[in-house]
Amino acid sequence: MVKTKQQKIQDFLINNGVIIVMFILVIYTGFTSKNFFTGNNLMNILMNMSSRLVIALGIAGCVITAGCDLSAGRMIGFGGCIAGTLLQRMDYSNKFFPNMEPVNVFVAAILVMLICAVFGTVTGFFIAYLSVPPFIATLAMMEIVYGISLIYTKATPLGGYVKEYTDVANGKFLGINYLIWIAVIVAAITWFIFNMTRHGKYMYAIGGNPQAAEVAGVPVKKTLILIYMKAAAMYGLAGFMLGAKAGGASVQLGYGYEMEAIAACTIGGVSVTGGRGKVSSAIIGVAVFELLKAALQYLGVDANAQYIAIGIVIFVAISLDIRKYIAKK
Amino acid sequence: MAEYKLELKGVCKSFPGVKALDNVQLSLRPGTVHALMGENGAGKSTLMKCLFGIYKMDAGEIYLDGQKIEVNNPDEAMKHGIAMVHQELQPIPARSVGENLYLGRFPTKNFGPIKIIDHKTMYEETAKWLKEVKMDFDPKAQLGTLSIGQMQSVEIAKAVSQQAKVVIFDEPTSSLSDNEVEALFRIMNDLRKKGVTMVYISHKMDEIKRIADDITVMRDGTYVGTWRADELTTDQIIAKMVGRELTNVYPVRENKPGEVIMEVKNLSSIHTKSFQNVSFQLRKGEILGFGGLVGAQRTELMEGIFGIRGVASGEIYMHGKKLKIKHPIDAMNAGIGLITEDRRGSGIFGCLSIKDNVGVSVYNKYLKAGFILDHKNINRVVDDGISKLSIKTPSMKEHISNLSGGNQQKVIVSRWLANDPEVLIMDEPTRGIDVGAKHEIYEIIHDLAKQGKAIIMISSEMAELLGMADRVCVMCNGKLTGVIDKPEDMTQEKVMSYATQF
Repeated sequence: MVKTKQQKIQDFLINNGVIIVMFILVIYTGFTSKNFFTGNNLMNILMNMSSRLVIALGIAGCVITAGCDLSAGRMIGFGGCIAGTLLQRMDYSNKFFPNMEPVNVFVAAILVMLICAVFGTVTGFFIAYLSVPPFIATLAMMEIVYGISLIYTKATPLGGYVKEYTDVANGKFLGINYLIWIAVIVAAITWFIFNMTRHGKYMYAIGGNPQAAEVAGVPVKKTLILIYMKAAAMYGLAGFMLGAKAGGASVQLGYGYEMEAIAACTIGGVSVTGGRGKVSSAIIGVAVFELLKAALQYLGVDANAQYIAIGIVIFVAISLDIRKYIAKK
Repeated sequence: MAEYKLELKGVCKSFPGVKALDNVQLSLRPGTVHALMGENGAGKSTLMKCLFGIYKMDAGEIYLDGQKIEVNNPDEAMKHGIAMVHQELQPIPARSVGENLYLGRFPTKNFGPIKIIDHKTMYEETAKWLKEVKMDFDPKAQLGTLSIGQMQSVEIAKAVSQQAKVVIFDEPTSSLSDNEVEALFRIMNDLRKKGVTMVYISHKMDEIKRIADDITVMRDGTYVGTWRADELTTDQIIAKMVGRELTNVYPVRENKPGEVIMEVKNLSSIHTKSFQNVSFQLRKGEILGFGGLVGAQRTELMEGIFGIRGVASGEIYMHGKKLKIKHPIDAMNAGIGLITEDRRGSGIFGCLSIKDNVGVSVYNKYLKAGFILDHKNINRVVDDGISKLSIKTPSMKEHISNLSGGNQQKVIVSRWLANDPEVLIMDEPTRGIDVGAKHEIYEIIHDLAKQGKAIIMISSEMAELLGMADRVCVMCNGKLTGVIDKPEDMTQEKVMSYATQF
């Protein structure tokens, strides 16, 4: 089918509408307010993006299998709190475990990921073997994890982290913060899993048509469990990263981030009906969100009104995205 | 009275990139059954959707009783007395028969100042209309509990209840058993006697010859012609549909059945109403047909063998070795493949590429370092499949949903061939595929048998079953009622007698 030039331009505008609008907004902000186009600000936006991207990549796996994960936000808080309790200075007056030496930062990160992964496995088990809809299963896990966080921390905020931990956010390699490097590595690994392993292909197959996947010999149940396990580990890592950046954590850390992550994925092109979505989708979605927030802040838009702007972006972005698939019929 | 009840003239309809209808016409004599024929993609359904107001035509006119009418949406079509029984039923299975029948036009009564639904009238009326189409099930029954044939009758009752003067049947029999087809034809004959004009879309020649008065043939979105049904032979109709003569529908048999490779002994489902005590043998290089009416549990039996459905007792042997199949993966490892009956539901991954659709069951075989996909070799296998089965596609990256039904089926066949199974079970392999592509699928099946693969083919089309199979197993109500292995016994009557034992 030969398309006219005008049709091509029209298609391009529709397919990339949100990104184009975002681009214009960013340029406009850059020209009207100084300091927006500075290395410092850019680094800031990238820092904000890094933990959000890790969350979005975790949730993307769930969304691609036509699921979702509401427990992400609470899992982040849980992860942040565990990391916090393990990495406080000896001389900090409110130390959670007063007599415990702070553990190695890497060990702490891995422990957090492992603990979260256990909870993700449980969620996955209910989804895969007991056929509980992901929406409900992760809702249940959200409540459970929040309760455990509250009991574990006795609802007190944590602070007084060792320098090694806060350095995860502030330290730099090649002039770029470690936090951003972590996100880049996670994105690379996720890309590899999505495109180069059986697990990734099975994930798309299950999202595309679960019955057909079963018939084609895809280990549907194991794949689903692995997806929720992997996602939970990534939320834990995100909690660890957010704690490092803030220099403290409370059980409220990450609250509501799951919704933003799901929205970011869908804006980038991960289809909630399953089977479609790439790593680049998550990156684009998260970038759109963080750039929007930063631009609005620089333009002096009321912080409360920013929520309205985000909501409108979701409406518009998803309507345009759905158009692509409807037009194909 | 006008000569024609309904006329469509000069209908054109384009979708982005394709001209679906080009100057098509259709003239229905009052009180006749008018068959609309053509291969898949010829534009029959599109034309009917234009008539019914689902699509808006780019050009063209509709005349009802000689009067020009406008139809902009299904609601207006119904007001003009035009009703449609859709190809893919669109009922709401979780609601009752009555609610489905009166959906969108519930009878109401006054409850103080507000209008509420008058359930009593609704169910009484429903019962009346069901009687009209000679069906007597409970109007309050949940629709989902009925068979597909019964649901179809509900749709027809709906059309009748709307006092429709013109009823469009869009491939109504594609999922009906022979009994249900008979019931449908009885209803259609009744309607014809009452002066209702009907359009009947179907691929099945024998049905057309039986029910139709007139035949209009379409090809590639254009009008070929209209004839009285008795003027044309089946071969002539096919020739007009495909634009060429189809000489031999079924390939000449060159496959040589060898030794028994698979044996099923006393297999019983966990459900007492499903397959019970089924035993049969399958030979190398053989095409074993499975006949029976819809609901005979053939599909369930095959899914039981393949590990999708629960099996309570019985054994499956492959080369004399007993198999333990708990999951499709076990069956695949034992060298069994299954092409399911519901291509869209459990066959294709619509949003994925051809490559991913073929690759999904062979990823285990092509790995580097034990976990990295070997894309180079996977591409080779996929390309192989595309050329061997002559799948028509620009590239393996094309989404499978952009292919025709026949090509989609070939993709699924090549998915299984990539796995190199010894036994390939094909459940209604030619369902929803047009005449030309059917022939290609037959060739493929025959070639596989020739190469020594053992094929189990379920088919509800008698001619296909008898034309393809070396032996035929017939099932009825979950039991294997007969095995026909002598060529002289391979008759429709024989199959039917086994298929209707209970």
